[in-house]
Amino acid sequence: MTDPAATRHGPGRILILVYGVFALAATARAGVQIATQFDQAPIAYILSAVAAVIYIAATFALARATKVSRRVATVAIVVELVGVIAIGAFSYAVPEDFPEATVWSHFGQGYGFVPLVLPILGLLWLRRTS
Amino acid sequence: MFEPLTWALVALSLVAMVFAIVLAVLDKRINWTLLAILAVVEVGLLAQLVIGIIQLTGTDRDVSGVFFVGYLIGGLIVLPLGALWALAESSRWGAGALAFACLVIPVVEQRLHVIWTT
Repeated sequence: MTDPAATRHGPGRILILVYGVFALAATARAGVQIATQFDQAPIAYILSAVAAVIYIAATFALARATKVSRRVATVAIVVELVGVIAIGAFSYAVPEDFPEATVWSHFGQGYGFVPLVLPILGLLWLRRTS
Repeated sequence: MFEPLTWALVALSLVAMVFAIVLAVLDKRINWTLLAILAVVEVGLLAQLVIGIIQLTGTDRDVSGVFFVGYLIGGLIVLPLGALWALAESSRWGAGALAFACLVIPVVEQRLHVIWTT
């Protein structure tokens, strides 16, 4: 059994910083959208807020790197992966329900598809360090 | 937007990013030269925040002020956070993480430019 702290070292250093930047960006964006123009697309903005919370949880859970926090990170990242695939698919299938983009619309196209790749790398990293 | 400053910030942060990648490839930790370059970028970002807010109050353009200032402030946070995070890592991956933080700056500048011009 490797040291759980391994999660935050090595390549995990980059991974956690990427998560942190997404947490910051998603939180700021969702906050502004909900505060100023919530009526325009409530579903999209609530989903943006949910995404923000998941990014925050994943960032801190990966960075804390204890046995328990690794489990929290795994759950958060699985939800993130399901979310980005589901929202990505829905945004193509019923675009009229997504008039305003969320982080996960079109599989994260607006963010260079990083939102799609990030959870995959996150899960691989958790497996690698387990 | 004061374009020359935008371009200077993009160029300098890309230089810093390449520098950080070179350090990571050479298996070195981040050094004072890299931090000095980032300090210059940070001063530039601070100047951009001040200039941006002044221009925002004086413009006739329909700029989304909250998003514009949000990106200006967000850009300020990234490098110090990235530097602290990188300093606490004793391997080459600290420099790698800082390279990513540097890459965020051109993205922020691009967003600022789009928000200002559309």
